[in-house]
Amino acid sequence: MNISLNARNITVIVLLAALILLPLYVAVTGDRFMLTLFTRIVIMALAASSLNLILGYGGMMSFGHAAYLGIGGYAVGMLAHEGIGTGFIQWPVALLVSALFALIVGALSLRTRGVYFIMLTLAFAQMAYYIASGLSRYGGDDGLTIYKRSQFAGLINLSNKIQFYYLCLAFLLGGIYLIWRLINSRFGMVIQGSRSNDARMQAIGFPTYRYRLTCFVIAGTMCGLAGALLANHTDFVSPAMLYWTRSGDLMFMVILGGMGSLFGPLIGTVALLVLEEALPSIIKLLGSPLFGDAAGRAAEYWQIVLGPLLLLVVIFARGGIDGLLQKVSQKVRRG
Amino acid sequence: MLLFIEQCLNGLQFGLLLFLLAAGLTLVFGIMDLVNLAHGSLYMMGAYFAATFVAWTGNFIAGVLLALGATLALGIVLEFVALRHLYGRNHLDHVLATFGLILFFDELVRLVWGPAGMSLSLPAWLNTAVEIMPGVYYSMYRLSIIVVSLLVAIFLYVLVMRTRLGMLIRAGASNREMVGALGVNIKLLYTLVFGLGAALAGLAGLMQAPILTVQIGMGENILILAFVIIVIGGIGSIRGAFVAAIFVGVVDTLGRSFFPDLLRLMLSKDAASTAAPALSSMLIYLLMAIILVARPAGLFPAAGK
Amino acid sequence: MAEALLQVENLSKRFGGIVASDALSLDVRPGELHAVIGPNGAGKTTLIAQLTGEVTPDAGRIYFSGRDITAVPVYRRSALGLARSFQITSLFLDLSVLDNVALAVQAHAGHSFRFWRDARSVPELRQPARAALERVGLGDRAELPASVLSHGEHRQLELAMALAGRPRMLLLDEPMAGLGPEESARMVKTLRALKKELTILLVEHDMEAVFALADRITVLVYGRAIASGAPAAIRANAEVRQAYLGEAESEGARHG
Repeated sequence: MNISLNARNITVIVLLAALILLPLYVAVTGDRFMLTLFTRIVIMALAASSLNLILGYGGMMSFGHAAYLGIGGYAVGMLAHEGIGTGFIQWPVALLVSALFALIVGALSLRTRGVYFIMLTLAFAQMAYYIASGLSRYGGDDGLTIYKRSQFAGLINLSNKIQFYYLCLAFLLGGIYLIWRLINSRFGMVIQGSRSNDARMQAIGFPTYRYRLTCFVIAGTMCGLAGALLANHTDFVSPAMLYWTRSGDLMFMVILGGMGSLFGPLIGTVALLVLEEALPSIIKLLGSPLFGDAAGRAAEYWQIVLGPLLLLVVIFARGGIDGLLQKVSQKVRRG
Repeated sequence: MLLFIEQCLNGLQFGLLLFLLAAGLTLVFGIMDLVNLAHGSLYMMGAYFAATFVAWTGNFIAGVLLALGATLALGIVLEFVALRHLYGRNHLDHVLATFGLILFFDELVRLVWGPAGMSLSLPAWLNTAVEIMPGVYYSMYRLSIIVVSLLVAIFLYVLVMRTRLGMLIRAGASNREMVGALGVNIKLLYTLVFGLGAALAGLAGLMQAPILTVQIGMGENILILAFVIIVIGGIGSIRGAFVAAIFVGVVDTLGRSFFPDLLRLMLSKDAASTAAPALSSMLIYLLMAIILVARPAGLFPAAGK
Repeated sequence: MAEALLQVENLSKRFGGIVASDALSLDVRPGELHAVIGPNGAGKTTLIAQLTGEVTPDAGRIYFSGRDITAVPVYRRSALGLARSFQITSLFLDLSVLDNVALAVQAHAGHSFRFWRDARSVPELRQPARAALERVGLGDRAELPASVLSHGEHRQLELAMALAGRPRMLLLDEPMAGLGPEESARMVKTLRALKKELTILLVEHDMEAVFALADRITVLVYGRAIASGAPAAIRANAEVRQAYLGEAESEGARHG
């Protein structure tokens, strides 16, 4: 397999190296905040990658993907609340319930297309949200605190932030590798062909429904895993995790990074979450000498650029950051 | 029994409000093939504008009219600056781009009006009860919502069915290129239709402000209901939106008032009190899911009307 | 007379007030190239749609190789040996030319619940795909993205994809659509070569091609077959001339 040295590939390699070496940096500087931030980034990148599988490669515009984050998280939270603290039960349950939910939603929704598909996936996610809000035993609207992280009989200690970080990173890299293999396999060709021209796929003889449903379930399960990780990371789950706008946030990450590219979701998640953390500080830093107090207040409302950013990306830079980097490589080659 | 009548009227009122919201959405979707998630944001802006202008002018009617005009203007600006770039692109692009607009408007409102939300109080002459049947009293304001909404519905019907503009709208829904080829200024038509949709959304928002809420994120909650309605009613069909909206409004309202009692019969009081609102909310989604599974193209698949 | 490979009996289909197929019957014998012609609106596209399964007939039956396929779903008909090309180019534009054809091969190579091995490295998929591309003359364009091909090359790719599934019969829906004189001649040559190994049902407007290739011709007007037989007989048929060939002769003159 040849990897050419272009702007995009270099960016990805540097990013991966940074992710792997991060704990070293944290150990040296003691900056625990970065560890927390990047654990979150890695987990959300896994969720975004799973969405990219069905959205970017499969062309299935699911607007209810955040539901799986919630389902995975609640599986861990609810079992922990009931005294079942072992990850060996919690995590398989999280995966199983996510898979089941994806199977039901997919089986019903994949019979429709376009906006109806979007609405159905959204409706099911909202149903999951309302179910979560209605669980009075598990906190209802207020959410559920998880007092002890998933136990793995001493094999790994999730309360050790570095061990937990590497576990999440391992799952992310494993997930991306799995997606890579999937996409290029016969199964993946059917999925991609279906995105490109479903009518043609059926005409040449593929019963596309069953393949798309399988893909949908795989993606939901992967996101359920991310949910279990997220619950352990925040030690908390709440219905807000399932609200439909969270699915929009996931889509934002995928689009920003580059839909339909392998590392796009990772790039997009890093970009967005780093922006979230860095931009307010940067505004304050740069703006204070000039504008004083106003800069501080402006920093508070920085999120106002997010909306237009998404709008601009969709209108002008549809391929996301990955696409832009590829264009840069092409220009460099020609120039 | 009295409660039932009141709740039926409330359901009708809610349904009509939903119709105003859904009508704009279905028009824009049917004519310009544009999926506009930011429709809920226009609804929100209508409410915020109304709360602000009523406070400024001290006069309810003046404030409301100003708010309506402001929302209309906002809609036109939005179409001109951002949305016209999306025509002809696939629905995913619409969904993502207008989702970005939702984020923007939520932050904008937080910046300008603060995170706490606002209230809009009714003038004395609206804040009374009217005897609609011997011994049966109903809120004057809610009654006026019903009246205004019905008037708007009739106006829409006349507009779409009996005027030249309406004919262009119906034609544009079935065949965009043809209408353009006939020399009609398609761009202007689209801008006008979008403006109309925005005004309808703003009207819905400001009318519900005194009784429900004026806060950030109010658009997101009700937007889904509006989409459920146009999906059930058939995209592009105003008549379908009317029927579906009344249906959804009545079912949702009656469900919320009587379902908890039903649940309390079956579950413990505690469980019922948290489960009830959740399950009542779910009812509508369940309904849409069932309808879409049975009829993947909606109940009244109409292209334009 | 050899038994028909494709037998259409009394096919009827209405869309609202429009009768697209009116008790239509025809048959295609193994090894023949049977052309279906008719003025616009005659119901040719609806016929193809019913043969491929995209549209369900209101009445009538379709038999392929003796088997009743009237209710068989779209994706199953290809497996039975009935392949089609599309009138409006319908390809996988964001994949490579070779990927396009390889997918057509893959559809007939068992199930695709294989998640690991790189499909582009499987010889059972790639070799037949390359062979099909060679046959239609696109061998050297294999690695290019399908989107950069010219319209004529798209039509050739369409044909390659229909062939890749090793069908017994081809349904060709206006393969000449939009082709210039040089490309048309090339397509006729390709089709003539294909005649030797496949049965073909050809729907076409291009009269030169039809009369150059067809063993039998059926003429459709308002959903009904008004005449069916050898090309010479059709040419001489007064009803046909009146309904259709009058248009076609001036079209033929334009093609030169």
